[in-house]
Amino acid sequence: MINNTNSNPALSAQELKKSPTGINGLDEITRGGLPLGRPTLICGSAGCGKTLMSLEYVIRGALEFNEPGVFMAFEEKSEELATNVASLGFDINQLIANKLLRVDHVHIERSEIEETGEYDLDGLFIRLGYAIDSIGAKRVVLDTIENLFSGLDNQSILRSELRRLFQWLKEKGVTAIITGERGESSLTRQGLEEYVSDCVILLENRIANQISTRLLRIVKYRGSMHGTNEYPFLIDEEGISVLPVTSLQLNAPVSTESISSGIDSLDTMLGGGGFYKGSSVLVSGTAGTGKTSIASSFANATCLDGKKCIYFAFEESPMQIRRNMLSIGMDLNAHVEAGLLEFNSSRPTLFGLEMHLVAIHKKIKKFKPDVVILDPITNLITVGSVAEVKAMLIRLIDYLQNEQITVMFTALALNNTINEQTDEGISSLVDAWLLIRDIEFNGERNRGLYVMKSRGKGHSNQVREFIITNDGLDLVDVYLGPAGVLTGSARESHIANEKSGIALRGQAVNRKDREILRKKKVLEAKISGLQTEFESLEEDLNKSYEDEELKEKIEKESRLEMIEKRKGTKPKK
Amino acid sequence: MTTEEQTWELRLYVAGRTPKSVSAINNLNKYCEEHLKGKYKIEVIDLLLHPQLAEGDQIFAVPTLVRKVPVPIRKIIGDLSNEEKVLVGLNIVPLKRVVSG
Repeated sequence: MINNTNSNPALSAQELKKSPTGINGLDEITRGGLPLGRPTLICGSAGCGKTLMSLEYVIRGALEFNEPGVFMAFEEKSEELATNVASLGFDINQLIANKLLRVDHVHIERSEIEETGEYDLDGLFIRLGYAIDSIGAKRVVLDTIENLFSGLDNQSILRSELRRLFQWLKEKGVTAIITGERGESSLTRQGLEEYVSDCVILLENRIANQISTRLLRIVKYRGSMHGTNEYPFLIDEEGISVLPVTSLQLNAPVSTESISSGIDSLDTMLGGGGFYKGSSVLVSGTAGTGKTSIASSFANATCLDGKKCIYFAFEESPMQIRRNMLSIGMDLNAHVEAGLLEFNSSRPTLFGLEMHLVAIHKKIKKFKPDVVILDPITNLITVGSVAEVKAMLIRLIDYLQNEQITVMFTALALNNTINEQTDEGISSLVDAWLLIRDIEFNGERNRGLYVMKSRGKGHSNQVREFIITNDGLDLVDVYLGPAGVLTGSARESHIANEKSGIALRGQAVNRKDREILRKKKVLEAKISGLQTEFESLEEDLNKSYEDEELKEKIEKESRLEMIEKRKGTKPKK
Repeated sequence: MTTEEQTWELRLYVAGRTPKSVSAINNLNKYCEEHLKGKYKIEVIDLLLHPQLAEGDQIFAVPTLVRKVPVPIRKIIGDLSNEEKVLVGLNIVPLKRVVSG
């Protein structure tokens, strides 16, 4: 289907031609610009940038596309317009002198006008026609024809004349912008312009939490596809910038090059080398866990490497960060002086999210850094909803990825249990996520660093203790023992205990050995004692046996003697 | 306040000879003859022939009658069919009263 239009030359010739606006981002949304040779309505309430956008259209047409333009102003005088855009760096008077622009101020003063009978707006047509023809204009702005309605009574004439005007503009072949004040129930007060225009762009100034955001939406665009979302835009010293909410494709280039985090042990933990170039890194943690220190250390390492880094601080002033980092052995001043490091501090509430985003974009475009740090993104919540902050960060990450710029965000986690998701909900977007948690144990708080994720790298699953010393940052293995995770002085004392334990155990072994030896000796002595006792007992026993035998023998002999004696027989001699 | 000697300078802008412009010219001539006889000047400008003149007098509708003198400048747009409105618009009525009264 889509290819059809491209492959068929007859069809593509019929396709609507467009007139590029030259306004940042607007051509992207309208896919090429405003409908060529047709009228476009820009409507919105007061102060939302209608006049500026239309004026920028003719000025950029003159400057960039060499298309002269006519600006017919019903509200402001030529000099006023010149002053208004001088702040944007446009010199209207020069353009007028070069016949690239013609400003015609139509002044309608009701008090000096009386209406009687029939009339038409041919005067306006002739005036406009003359202005167009005198410089060969291709672009026309009418700002804003509504003033005709307030200046004249006969509405029915005006309405029919305005229809004729739109038709006449088409016949003239000029691309026209008509601006219109927003009506209460319709896009314009008269409810007319939006129907006769081929393209309607609605501008809005929405205020949320006391911070205003300018939004642009294309309400209709006959004969063309267009972005349908509300696109934030802003007006700054370079004119209007519209930002497409998200880039349509996920086809950013990738790099296998690594970039050091500035902490050797962290690089090791991340699978060696550090982060991938062009990736996005989130450092989250509770208050005072050293997020800024990690970010500064990353900046420091980048600058030491001769690369450029831009640091957006939303909480601290550059001086404050530099002083604080000096205390942990990082001299950021030197990098600033060498032009490698740039600090940008602004309160988040200074302006809306979009303004922040564009300000960041601009600074990045100008400075062309290798590394961008945003510290912290948490504070942006104060100027937008979570979804808005997320949308903004997605766009920023998209942009930076395309530019192959590594970005580090720091985010404040509100409590210890929030380790699954950060407040801004961007943890799923980033490529690497470092989480620092307070580990409270044994009457002290220590910092534990986890690598929650690191896309495309075999990262360590261990918790390390993150310590900040006078010489910088370091990660130490925490003690994982039967008593659980030990950190800080508990870890130190445990290690000391282990050392002393070995010596003590050695001693204990010796002592026990000796005791056994002693016991053995005692036992042996006892055994020999018993043996001698037994021998003497045995001897006694034997002796009494012999005695009795002897006694028996003697008794027997003496008895025999007695018997012989009694018989009277004399024993033979 | 109004000076009798003052000449009224009137300028009528038209775009071609349309029925509206013709009736405007006729009406104007008629009123002037009636109320300002001898002390008026009418200049009819056809914007189709002189488009560059439209900007100077801030013309956007035709026909437009511009009273250049006496100041302040007054404009009346339309075919001038309503006499009373034209006279009020040009501030001629008081003069008429003086003359008639």
